[in-house]
This record gives sequence, structure tokens and C-alpha cells, in this order.
Amino acid sequence: MYSSALEVNHLTKIYKNGFTALNDVSLTIQQGDFFSLLGPNGAGKTTLIGVITTLIKKTSGTITIYGHDLAQEEFVAKQILGVVPQEINLPAFETCWQILINQAGYHGIPVKAAKESAEQCLRQLFLWDKRDSQTIALSGGMKRRLMIARALIHQPKLLILDEPTAGVDIEIRRSMWQFLSELNRNGTTILLTTHYLEEAENLCNKVALINLGKIQYQGEMKQFISQLEVETFVLQIAESLTGLPLPTTWNWRLVNSQTIEVDLPKEKTISELIEFLHSKNITVIRLTNKFNRLEELFINLTKQVAHV
Amino acid sequence: MFKNYLIALKTLAFKECYRILRIWTQTIVPPVITMILYFLIFGQFLGNHIGMIEGVTYTSFITPGFIMMSTITNTYANVSGSLFMNKFQRSIEDLLIAPVPPTVILWGYILGGLFRGLLIALIVTLVACFFTKLQFTHYLILICTIFLTLIALSCAGFINGMIARKFDDIALVPTFILVPLTYLGGVFYPINNLAPLYYHISLFNPIIYMVNLFRYGMLGITDVNINFALSILLVITIALYLLAYWMFKQGIGVKR
Repeated sequence: MYSSALEVNHLTKIYKNGFTALNDVSLTIQQGDFFSLLGPNGAGKTTLIGVITTLIKKTSGTITIYGHDLAQEEFVAKQILGVVPQEINLPAFETCWQILINQAGYHGIPVKAAKESAEQCLRQLFLWDKRDSQTIALSGGMKRRLMIARALIHQPKLLILDEPTAGVDIEIRRSMWQFLSELNRNGTTILLTTHYLEEAENLCNKVALINLGKIQYQGEMKQFISQLEVETFVLQIAESLTGLPLPTTWNWRLVNSQTIEVDLPKEKTISELIEFLHSKNITVIRLTNKFNRLEELFINLTKQVAHV
Repeated sequence: MFKNYLIALKTLAFKECYRILRIWTQTIVPPVITMILYFLIFGQFLGNHIGMIEGVTYTSFITPGFIMMSTITNTYANVSGSLFMNKFQRSIEDLLIAPVPPTVILWGYILGGLFRGLLIALIVTLVACFFTKLQFTHYLILICTIFLTLIALSCAGFINGMIARKFDDIALVPTFILVPLTYLGGVFYPINNLAPLYYHISLFNPIIYMVNLFRYGMLGITDVNINFALSILLVITIALYLLAYWMFKQGIGVKR
């Protein structure tokens, strides 16, 4: 019994033009993890997924999926894997139903079982009414959901999603998050790459940060977030101010007469800030993060690497 | 695992066949119309003035060549076009990610090519019935020839589909190689009538062997040695199959 769902060891990918997309990448995802792979554009996320899915040939290194070496037992390993690629790759003139039945067939599922599974997947992703529609007639969000349905048709143990919510509206994105969380709770290990850092923070328990083809960080999401030294908050206040209250022990700025922006170091609490303002007869109506917390950390970490 | 591969093969082959029938106005009707025109012009209008060739009427002489010509071009176009479209839409990734070995994928496309080729051959044969009295002399040769030819052309189309980067690339080989070779492949004339130089040059054209084998199967006449022609066809088919398999396994044109 293997505890790890995916093990990537010393993986390197050098393209023919000499560009090193992956530089000695090692990564372990445990069974049941909801794992987020973060990184700026061109960091190597899609290349890594391409190599895991065999769409891109590796230069060196090994990949093991649920104990099956991808090089030695490629087709056994692939049976465990479901993939939602970044770009829409649906055949334009096939119906949703045909696409799922065909995908099930590629995984060796007999027609009767394939039909049952296709119906279940289409219903789960709210596409049952569109089963006879050609993909060319679907909206962007529907196409994304269809790609998820297609990846799930053979009930994979490891699901890889490469920016699945890119370009979909917030309502669909949230329903997809709900669906993926439920899928993970039911035992599917998920590897997610995303540009929406809020998505990663909300969904994932583990995270890896990749930049310039190297893994910069790998660990628990909570620990990752705890590295954040300073958070910037925006406070809306009831009173109109002409200047900041004294003494100025806080690193803050008056944005306009009713808005204060404050950089809060991690040793200080929000309660302390609000109590201080209260002592100065200032009422806080609303408090928001200026940036997403993960976004701030992400920018800091990738900046550090870029400067090295 | 073998059962899984069989289901995958069936799925892929069925998908290909369904595609051919779904777009029948592009895949079936045009070659039939072209062949009706060929039979009218070469068979009826010109053929009546040419007289007998090697003991048969000109229409009878060109019929096996017409059947082969239409199946060759359509089989090739089917496989190269279908594979390239899957590459273009990136839907080939479904297959490459799935646990389907390269052999199964290659045979899925070959079966699609065989389906279209045989369907066209059948329809053109039925069309030919209206213009000439058909003969079938050597059934085994006919069956071997048609299957080996269609497999060879499917593999060639598969190779073309793999290396093609744009739509123009899948039209290049049919336009500049396949059609000229077919027209110069003894469809319209017996190569025995050519001057020695042209005769010997013609022997390097693989289509000559396909057409003559099929003509021998139907009419019992040939310009080349049948055993030699069959051997050449077998070698070409195996070579193209192995090349297509090797290229696909290497991921040429489909993987980065």
C-alpha cells in the first residue's frame, strides 16, 4: 500500500532550444491531498503537468503514480490518472455524450458501464441537459465543466487540474470549488494549478511554489501562509478625519477622509488595532485585506527568487 | 489489460467510422461524383474510340484502376485529415493521456481508413456496373491487394498527419505526390505500351503494383509479375506500418 499518490523525483526537462523548463524538481503528494502548485507564468507548472501526463517527454528523473513507475508501467499508471488541461481541447463537432463515452472507451470501460458513468458525471456537473449538444455550442464555463466530467469518467484516484477555473465567472468558479472539495472529501487526490490564489488558499491543504523551473517551497498551506510577515488592511471608518490619530505607532496611511490603510505586522493583532482606534473615538465600519494574503506572499517569494 | 485495449480500439475505430458517416457529403459523395464523371468521359466518350486493350474493352480496363485510385486517395486523406484535425483541436491529448498503447491508436486510425476505403471501393464498383460488365477472376488477390493497399495508405496518411503543422501540409503530399503517382500508375494505360525508358521509370512507382494487382484480381491481366508485385506491396505496407508506429511511439509531431 503506497501512501503517496504522486512522487516526482529529480525531474528535469530541457527543451531542444536549450531552455530548462524544469530543473531537478522533486515533489510528493500524499493520498487524499488537495495539493496546489503555484507559480508565475512560465514557471514550469504546465511543463510539469505535461511530463506527468506524458504529453511532454522528460529529460531525466522519475515519476511514480500510486506506486507505479510511469516509465515502466505507463498504462497502469495512466489508468489512475485524470487530467483537465489548461487549454480547451474538446472536439468541436462531437456531443458531450459522445466525448464522455469515447473517453470511457479509451479507459477500457464497456459501453453499458460507460453510459452509467457518463450520465452520473454529466448530472454532477450540471451538463445533463446539454448531453446532445455539440461542444462548439457550449459556453466557456460549460466547456470547462465538460473537461472535468471527461477527466472523471473513469473515476481516477489522482485528478490533475491545470487552471480549471481560468476564464469562468465567479458563480461557476464557486460551484466548481464546491464540487472539487466534495470530490477530495470522497477520497480523490487532487493536484491543482491556478492563478487564483484565493482558490488555492480556500481549497488546498498542501502547496508547492515553483519558479524558474525549481520548487521554492513545499509544505502545508497553513505553514506557507504563516510565513507572511506583514498584511495590509483597508479600514473604512464612520468619522471624517483630516489627519491620522496620534501617537503614530502604526504604519498607516490616510487614503481619504474615511479610509485608512494599515500594514499590520504578524506580531500585532487586529483587535489591538481596533481597540486603539476605539480609544480615539474612531469607529471601524468595515475591514478588508488590501491584497489576498497568499497573493502578497507569492509576490514576495517570487520577487526574492528573481533578485537572486 | 488486453480486454481494455480491445475496448479502446473498438471505441476509436467506431469514432472514426461515425465521423466518416456524419460528414458523408465531404467523405463519400465527392469521390462518387468524380468517378461517375471519369466513367462518363474516359469510359463512354473516349473509351468507345480506343477499342480493346489486352483483350478487354477500355472501360473494363480502367475500372480496376478507378476503384484503386479513389480508394487510395480517400483512405490517405481520411487518416491524415482526421489525425491532423485531432492535433489541431488538441483532442488527440485525450488519447495520449489515456492508457492506450500506440499500436491501438495506430490501428484505430487504420480501421477508420479501411472503412472509408472499402466503402468508396464498394460504391465505385456499383457505379462501374452501370458502365461495364464486371469480372472478378482472382478473389484472394483482390482481397489481399485491397487490404494491404488500404493499410499502407492509412499508415502513410498517419505519418503525414503526424508531421503536418498546418492545413497546407496535409494537402501537399496528395497534390504533389499521390495524385501524380496514381495518374502515372497505369490506371489509364498499360505500361507495357510505354517506351522502354518510361516503362522502367514506371516500375519505381508503387501505385503500378497496386493497380496491376487489382486489375489481375478482376480481369486476370497484368503488366507486372504478380508475385513480385505482391511482395513489393507487402514490403511497402510493413515498412510504412513500422515507420508510422515508430514515429508515433517517439511522439514525433504529437508530443513535445
